[in-house]
Amino acid sequence: MRTTHKVEITPTSVVLDGRLLPFRESGEALLTEVYRQRVGDWPKFFKMDLLSKVGFLAAELLLEAEGDRHRGGSDRAVILSGRSGSLCDDRDYQQLIADPDDFYPSPSVFVYTLPNIVTGEIAIRNGWHGETMYYALEEYDPAALAAYATLAFTDPQTRSALCGWVECPAHEDFYANMEIIER
Amino acid sequence: MIITSIADHILSPIGQTSEETFRNLRAGDTAMRVHAFPGVPEAVCASLLDEEALRPLYEALSLKERFTTFEKRLILSISSAAARTDIDLASDRVLFILSTTKGNISLLDQAEGFPPERVHLGVSARRIARHFGNERMPIVVSNACISGVCALLTGMRALREGWCDYAVVAGTDVQSRFIITGFQSFKALSQAPCRPFDAARDGLNPGEAAATVILTRAETAPWEWVRGAVRNDANHISGPSRTGEGSFQALEAALQGVDRRELAFVNVHGTATAYNDEMESIALHRAGLDAVPVTGLKGVFGHTMGAAGILECILSMRALEAGVVLPTAGYDTCGVSYPLQISNVERPAKGNAFVKVISGFGGCNAALTVRKR
Repeated sequence: MRTTHKVEITPTSVVLDGRLLPFRESGEALLTEVYRQRVGDWPKFFKMDLLSKVGFLAAELLLEAEGDRHRGGSDRAVILSGRSGSLCDDRDYQQLIADPDDFYPSPSVFVYTLPNIVTGEIAIRNGWHGETMYYALEEYDPAALAAYATLAFTDPQTRSALCGWVECPAHEDFYANMEIIER
Repeated sequence: MIITSIADHILSPIGQTSEETFRNLRAGDTAMRVHAFPGVPEAVCASLLDEEALRPLYEALSLKERFTTFEKRLILSISSAAARTDIDLASDRVLFILSTTKGNISLLDQAEGFPPERVHLGVSARRIARHFGNERMPIVVSNACISGVCALLTGMRALREGWCDYAVVAGTDVQSRFIITGFQSFKALSQAPCRPFDAARDGLNPGEAAATVILTRAETAPWEWVRGAVRNDANHISGPSRTGEGSFQALEAALQGVDRRELAFVNVHGTATAYNDEMESIALHRAGLDAVPVTGLKGVFGHTMGAAGILECILSMRALEAGVVLPTAGYDTCGVSYPLQISNVERPAKGNAFVKVISGFGGCNAALTVRKR
């Protein structure tokens, strides 16, 4: 198995295949800037929770680096992991229901209280029908992430995978380290 | 070499073992009733575990530290399954694989004196493994409603890859204000026991159970966990595909090399929401399964989320052993586009295998084939 492209996103930097990309903003404003500059044609982005935004943009940058856009099919898996899962959105949802007198359980917030939704957002964007999976880990552990990715390749239809770590402990605080690997 | 199961356990509102649950299920028991859920404006029809009744079982575990309800239920189920084997759970050849959607989420509402990081699934899972003296990092699958089947599939793969000699696969979710208000916001809950695939179906019921399967490798064994797959609809994050694409593809992959005539039944997801059941009927039709009996268990147990895939596989194994297709409680009149071989009464089973199929938010679908040899 080999890694073909890598991306790292922090609140202050975006590094694609080892190259620092020039952006001005930081925090969640950086994500909006990345979207406007490099994507621009997927308004659903603005409805996503922070975890999905970060994972989605990491995927978009990896696919930009890959060039010839990989669309459709069932040969590409999306295997993501993190420590906090959907906790950032979970807290937002909890706030909506905390006060019984000001009670507003919003379905558009609730739907993102599942950490695998980010894998679905990436699959939808690209029309990929391959495996999508989310594993929760106690700590960032590159060896475990690499091992989890290999499990997807035990499916004979999987030829490549978009995989790695995507983590949003709180608003303005996020980290993605994702890559494309091929069989 | 095959993957086989050597022990299992179900903790459900109608039984404290797999056998008791299966027996009471066949006798027509259910714990489905209307509950006033603390802090939730509307009443909820649900099948819930009774914490008071579980207290003596927890006490018998001799826990050396405080655990959350979520953790205690998993520890109880894992202990009970392992007690039927001579496995040393502390061994580094044993891998824990846990399935849950929301784990300790109720700690956001009431911390109960637990530290904030306990809401992280990985942190909670590590505590559970350490209770058994196991120092390996557990794998936690959190893939919405399909987590249980994904955890079983992960166990099968880990065994084939030689990561471990035993995979302890366990799942549960504790129903909470968080989860119930969320489903209510989607208008996904039924006010009465749900009616899978029925024309009058109007939503799902929250459910609680904990379930464990212990998998291992063998040259020959009574059970073979044949093959499974996960596929995405690539359609919508909260609505099933109109063509059943992901479910269909998962079924096709899980049934590769399996003669459809070998199948005694399909155990469906069958949440009794309008869209899920319609989607499943399309997927089953496309997969050429119209003639295979279908059974769904949510009318009795509700949607047990992280436990669902594991619970439903265990009960399917028991049904295969007993030579029966379990009834689909709540079903009366076909309410989906492609009529299925579905019934609300028990039928004799013909065949020596079943396929479990399941779908979830995020567009994910999984299918898994199990054969009795």
